[in-house]
This record gives sequence, structure tokens and C-alpha cells, in this order.
Amino acid sequence: MRTPLTIAWIGVTLAAWAFLATPAAAEELVLWHAYTGAEREALEQAVERYNTRNPGAPIVPTALPYGCYTNKLRSAIPRGNGPDLFISGHDQIGGWVDAGLLHPMEPDPQLLPQALQAVQYGEQSWGCPLACKVAALYYNPQLIDAPPATRDEMMALARQHTTGETFGLAYEASNFYYNAGWFLGAGGEFFGDEGAITLDTPAMVEMLSFARDVVYTERVCPEEATSVLVAQLFNEGRAAMVINGPWFLSQLDQDTPRAVAPLPAPAKPLLTVETLFIPATASDPGASLAAAAALAGPDYDDLRVEVGQQVLARPADYRDPVLAAFAAGVAEAVATPSRPQMSLMWEPSQIAIRKVLRGAATPEEAAEFAQRRAEILNRPLPPQASPWPTLVVLGLLCLAGAVWAVRRTRGKKVGAQMWQARSAYAYLAPAVVAMLLLVVLPFVTGSALSLFAHRAGEYRFVGLANFWSILTSQDYAITDPLSFWFTLGVTTLWTALNVFFHVSIGMALALLLRDPWMKLRGIYRVLLIVPWAVPNYITALIWKGMFNKQFGAINGLLELLGLEPVAWFSGFWTALAANVCTNTWLGFPFMMVVTLGALQSIPRDLEEAAEVDGASRWQRFRHVTLPLLRPALLPAVVLGTVWTFNMFNIIYLVSGGEPDGATEILISEAYRWAFTREAQYGYAAAYAVMIFGVLVMYTQVTDRLTRRYKEV
Amino acid sequence: MKTPSLLHRVLVHCVLILVTLATLYPILWVIKMALSPSQAFSLSPNPIPWPITLDNFVDVLTTTDMAGHWLFGRQLLNSVVVSAATMAVGIFLACTAGYAFSRFTFPGREMGMKGFLITQMFPGVVMAIPLYILLDRLHLLNSLVGLCLVYSVTAIPFCVWMLKGYFDTIPRELEEAAIMDGASQWMVFTRIVLPLSRPAIAVTALFCFMTAWNEFILAATFMNAETAYTLPVALQHYVGDYSTEWGHFAAGAILVSIPVMALFMVLQRHLVEGLTAGGVKG
Repeated sequence: MRTPLTIAWIGVTLAAWAFLATPAAAEELVLWHAYTGAEREALEQAVERYNTRNPGAPIVPTALPYGCYTNKLRSAIPRGNGPDLFISGHDQIGGWVDAGLLHPMEPDPQLLPQALQAVQYGEQSWGCPLACKVAALYYNPQLIDAPPATRDEMMALARQHTTGETFGLAYEASNFYYNAGWFLGAGGEFFGDEGAITLDTPAMVEMLSFARDVVYTERVCPEEATSVLVAQLFNEGRAAMVINGPWFLSQLDQDTPRAVAPLPAPAKPLLTVETLFIPATASDPGASLAAAAALAGPDYDDLRVEVGQQVLARPADYRDPVLAAFAAGVAEAVATPSRPQMSLMWEPSQIAIRKVLRGAATPEEAAEFAQRRAEILNRPLPPQASPWPTLVVLGLLCLAGAVWAVRRTRGKKVGAQMWQARSAYAYLAPAVVAMLLLVVLPFVTGSALSLFAHRAGEYRFVGLANFWSILTSQDYAITDPLSFWFTLGVTTLWTALNVFFHVSIGMALALLLRDPWMKLRGIYRVLLIVPWAVPNYITALIWKGMFNKQFGAINGLLELLGLEPVAWFSGFWTALAANVCTNTWLGFPFMMVVTLGALQSIPRDLEEAAEVDGASRWQRFRHVTLPLLRPALLPAVVLGTVWTFNMFNIIYLVSGGEPDGATEILISEAYRWAFTREAQYGYAAAYAVMIFGVLVMYTQVTDRLTRRYKEV
Repeated sequence: MKTPSLLHRVLVHCVLILVTLATLYPILWVIKMALSPSQAFSLSPNPIPWPITLDNFVDVLTTTDMAGHWLFGRQLLNSVVVSAATMAVGIFLACTAGYAFSRFTFPGREMGMKGFLITQMFPGVVMAIPLYILLDRLHLLNSLVGLCLVYSVTAIPFCVWMLKGYFDTIPRELEEAAIMDGASQWMVFTRIVLPLSRPAIAVTALFCFMTAWNEFILAATFMNAETAYTLPVALQHYVGDYSTEWGHFAAGAILVSIPVMALFMVLQRHLVEGLTAGGVKG
């Protein structure tokens, strides 16, 4: 009965596919970017101008979502599916060059020295700088006449403008990026001689002390300030000064009074250079080079400045005072190091700042912690291993599997049984083939990576060393949040709590919503699935906002009830509670829908008979409804457990692992190893294989338990 | 079942109204951001939007690319095609497999059931790049067919288990009677089992649809042109590397969730009227 529909849908899909898959003309140059708003507008106008001048080889810009951008580049370029040009910040050059993704370029001597230095890696230059980004000091000109020239002046002004309602200086103090200016300004460096990590320095202590003073001692900056909160305070006129980047402009309301000044001395902010790159696999590097040089050249600067509100990578005079202030900031700035190890600096520094802001560590202790953590993440690769021991272990495992299979089937006429059940295999075949090809095959090849270690574009076979390191928690104590066992405990707790709430709330609502006398049940049902329907990226962040200590709705409610406000993300249990609360809200509608469907398989007269026999409501539920629900509900519970176990984005969006990475779960640790800790793909793959192993063990255990239950 | 007392009904409604309000409370901010003229995230305790404007919706609905293509329309079409196809392929594959698991005994049955479950445990972090290479080899990159296949296999295991569980609760006597009357196994499956399983099929249909409808990471990685993207990818465009256009994002989020609600409205009739239609009692 559904077959005609199926065929129709597949037909539509094929038609759409044929329509969309028209290949691009050969002379076109595809340009990938992740710009939004004004910058995108400026780029598109520049491309239009370029195309009217070069009609023979037009540029075709394609906007990609920033969240998937780097991954897409990493997947597409090595396979020759990449663009002819792409735009990105310069800070990943090191990793890309090591992985062989970029085509070298000639440096343009007209550029600012910082910009030139930023796109340099090794002896080569790797891109055409387009624009420069630094953090600066925004201030409300109605409150502040002249911007401060030094940090002490800034603090004096901040104190003066901090009242009960307003803050003198609102900035994301827990974010290392906005504090980096103080670190570098005090003479801090990320890397010493020969690339050694140098976070445990007086400059780091100085920066941490300043952040502590601003938030903790002087209280001129709101606690737990997020970028979202900062924007809101400034828009409402409740923040006299704000430290933020040029992107802050797009968050301001039209009528918000604003002025910008460079960060006061001695700050040296971090500089990011927006750069035009050519992938190593570009189809015609010569054409790409020519187009890049033209598009990055002075002929298009007017669009970048006037439309895109960007600060250029070459010396220029700006009429707009905002851009002039940013340009002055660029002159003092230090380019973010682009070597791959830089990617593992962020997490330790971030945790150090948060420890200090929570009052959990002194600046000295925190700096020491950051140094230790960065060294752990930067530990040397395990030595190259001979593949034989690993092959022997894998061979033994295969052999054990074969022996087990033979023993299971001994004495049974498997062949005959299989032939007899051939129609069952026919029913199964389509699904099984699809699963083997698209799920099992990628997993097996992907997990083979766990036998390798990756650093700086080099893969080294290390056998089972990654697993050994994870299981023995080699570089850190077992109670450290980095340890596999600690994270496993947290993950188990997280999963158990979530599944419990999902199932109990979902089931309770489904039971309430099935009674025929409920006139409005259709409306309730539709309203209650809203959390499932709305994309969770935005709702998860709304929940995070509701848990904010000073401004969140939840603490507002607590205060209304006469309770003390809670700093949700400062303690492990409260942070976990915030995560679980958000995920419960997101997940119960699914369980409700599943239970509603499952309830239909229960004949109502059974329950009615129990009612006639005088069973109480609870007894009816416990002894009639629940056992009958079990077969249809069990898959949802088992799979719900598996999904929750691997539910990465809620952790990432709500607690972000706070405090100190303690609320990370296994899958988010795997992501960190792969994407923010210098692309240690092998280690991440080993984590993924461990996750898989844990889940397989979990199902074995539940299988035993349910079987025993059935036997009883 | 008799109608319970008035007090009981009032109590149930009170509970449901409270739960619904608590559920919708965070959504009020999505609506507020969508209707407000600024692109800032709203944190204020007051969820009432003022001043109100529809600009964000207009912007989202009327985006065009440089060549003048109406992107929202194209992307909506892509999303609908991919999600509907995923729904169709997913239900087809899952119904047949679930039926085999429920009604046949054969060597490898237990293993097969577990196998489907186990595939859900593969963490995506190791699969993304191999999957990309595989689709590249199969020439399914930049095609909605490839995307639909990937989404279907993501959704199948749950559907197979769900349907198998539901098929198990359908009395076999019916099928046996039909076979006695000369019906083939396939007729029994399509004429008796499937119509009786409408509640479970409705759940799996919604699940398959949602799997495809909200996914954006794979869609953004596998598709190469803005006209080939699905709506969630377009929505994710408003999230920049440093700041997000929250007004546009919220408006887009509302537009994206409307079709889901509509689908649920259609499907929920099947969710609650399963067995009465067939007139079967256990």
C-alpha cells in the first residue's frame, strides 16, 4: 500500500538530483567562505565587480556554515573536491600546511608587517591577507567623554560607572581571547625557545590577577558574562565599557550609542587575519593565484571598508572613527601563532581563568595548572610500533569469534535452516546491505585510525598504545576530569538520569493524554512536541541563558521563592543538573510519542477488567499496562540510552564541560581530541572505539537482565 | 471506560496546563527574538516582544544567491524531498526487516537484531571522513540521493526495533486464519500486519522525517552549492564564527519547525486510533 508512494518519492528525488547535480563550467573559479552579514555583502559585491572585469573566468562564491567549515575543507581538499579559492582566518595555517592542504603564494610587500608575518609559516607565505580583526574597547559616549589611555584609567572609569544597575566594564572575562591582550601586553608568550609551552609565567599570573580583580574583587564586570549578556547590557545602556571584536557591531541595536577605542596600554590584543587561500588541489593554481591577487588587491579595498566594515591588511586612512580605532588596535596587536600546537593552548588557559574567577585557585596555582595541562595535551607521540603484536591480537580475536560461532552452530543443520528461512533473508536483505555499506564499513575504516597517532600531518603506526594510554590514564590521575574512567562515570550518570526522566515524564504524559474524555488532547499533544520540533541549537542556548547566575530566569524564580541564587556552572552537581534539565526538556516529547504509539497495542478491556476487579490505579499501571507496554517501549529505552550516551551538543552548548571539564562526557572528550587538541585523530578514534565497546557491554548486560526477568 | 469525576478532570487539566506552560516557556524567547528588530540574543526575564516586526521572517524567506535564485524555496524543496524520501525508504526497509525479525525464526536472527542495535553505538566522530570518501567513490557526493541514503541508515535501527516490538503484539491468529484462506505471506504482511501497525508506523515515520529534517553537519559537508543545501544548513549560516544573527536564526527556527508540527498533526490521528480501525481485540 505504501509502495506506489515510495516509488513516487524516489522518482522525485532522482529528478531533483539530476537537476541539481549539473557540474560547474570548467572556467569558473569556486570560492568558499563562511562570511555572514556585512562581510558577506562586501565579498559578493567584490566578486560581482571582479566578474564584470574578468568575464572569461568568473568567480562563484559559495557560503558555508561556519560550524562545518574546517571539517569540510579537511574532507574535500585532499580528495580534489575542494574549491579553487577559500577564505578563512590565518590561525590554522600550520595544521593545514602540515596536512598538505595549501598552495604557497608570493608575499605582497605592501602589506602590514603583522599581516605578512601572520600568513608566514616555515619559510613560505601561504595566503593573501584581506582584513584584520582585533578586540577593542567599546564605550558608551553618553557615559564616558574620553576613552581611557591606560588600563588604570580604564579601571578608574569602570569603578565610577558601576552602580547597582550598571556595570563599568562588561566583557567575557572567562574567555581567554578577550584577556589575551593583557597576557601579551605583560610580555607573555605562548611558546619559548624550541617551541616549549610557556604558560606558567609572570605574564599569565598578571593576566589572571587582572581578570580576578575585575570580576571578583572590584565587581565592575558581571559574573559569568557571556557574549550574549555583554551585548544585551550594552544595548540597554547598562554597560559603560565593553571589550569585544568588530563582530560586536552586528549585535548592537541601531539606536545604541557607541564609540570604539583601542584597548588601553599596555594591552597587545591577538590579531586574526582573514586570508584568501588556494587549496593544494585547486584545478588551475595559476588562475587561482591571479584571481586571489586581484581580489585581495587595492581595487576592492573600498568595498571591504565601506560595505564590510573591515580593517584592511595594508596601511590606510579611515574616515569612519570606529574603523580608525580598530586600525590603531591592529598596530599594537600580535598575530595569533599559527603553528598547530596553538590549538591546544586555549583549553588550559580557559580552565585557568575560570578556576580563578570561581575563586577555586589563586592566579599562581591556575597558571601552574595551565602549564601542566598544556604539557599533558602536548605529550610526545608514542613510539612507532611493529604491526605484528596488534595483528596477532586482532587475529586471536577473529579466531575466538570463529570458534564461538562454530560451537554455537554445531549439531544444528544451519544450511538447511537458512534455506528454509530464505524469505526472511529476502525481507532483511535491503536493510542489511544498506547498513553494512554505509555504517559498518565507514566505522571499521575509521576505527582503524585508532592504531595510529597523528600530529602535524604525520601518521605513525603505534599499535595499541592509544588504548593503553586511555585505559591506564597514563598522563594524569584517574580522578582528573581528563581521565577516561572519570568521564565514563560522569557519562553513565548523565545517561541514567536523562533516560529516567525522559521515560517517566514521557510515559506519564502519554497516559494522561490518551483518555477519550480529554477534549483538548490533540492540542496538548501538538504543543508538547514543540521542544522536539524546534532546532535545539537555539533552545539549548536559551536554557544556558536561563541558568545564568545573575540574569537567568531560574535564579529569578528561586529568588521569588526566597531562596539564594545558585552559580549553576561553578559546581559539578549543579552544572550536571543544568545539562540534564535541558536534555530532559528536549527529549521527553520523543518518549511521549513512542509511548502513545505503544499504548495502542494494549487492549483497553484488560485494564477495564482489572478496574472492575478492584485494582487501584497504581496496581493497574504496574501489573497490567507496564508489562504490556514493555515490548514496544524497550527498543526506545535501549536506543534512548545509546543516543543519550553520545549526546554531544547539549554538553557543548550548555555547560561546555564546566567546571574544569568535569561535566564532559566521553563523546565530547573524543571531539576535543579530534578538533581542539591539535587534531589527535588517532587518540579520538581510540576514544570512539572505547565508547563503542562500553555500549556493546551495556547491551549485553541489559540483555541478560531482561532475559532473567522474562524467566522469572 | 466511564468518564471520571469533574474534580479528577479539572486536576488532570491543571497538571497538563502547567506542564505545557513549562514546556513552552523557553520557546517564548525564540518567538521574541524572531519578532524583534535586533539581531541580539535576548536574555531579559520578560518574554514579551516589543517593538514587533516581521523583518526577520521576510529576510529569511526572501534570501537569494548572487545569481538571483530564490534560496529559501530551493532549500525548502530539498529538505522536503530528502526528508520525505528518507521517510519512505526508512519505513520500507524497516517494515520488511522488522517483520522478518518478528515472524520468522532463522539462524542469525538474534545476531541480526543486535547488529542493528550496535550500529547505533558507532560514534559519528570516526565515521564522517570515511563516509565522505565512500560517497565520493560512489559518486553520491553533492546529491540528494546520497544524503537520503545516509539519513535512512541512521534512522533504520530504531525503526526496525520499534516495528518488531509492535508486530510482536499483533496476534498471530489473524495471520494464520488468512493463510488458511489462501493468502500469501506477502499479502498477510501488506494487508493485515501493516494496517494494524499504523501507530508504530506513524512513530517511525515521524522519527525518520525528523532525522533528515534537522540534520545539517553531513548535509553541509556533502553538498557543494547553496541551491543544493537543506533548510537547517541555511539556518546554520546565521551562526558566524564570532557572532550569530539571532533574529534571523530564531525566525528560521520557527519556519523550520512548522512543517514538523503539521506532519505531527496529520500523523497523530494514526497514533491514537490504531486498533479501533481494525476492530481487533487480543
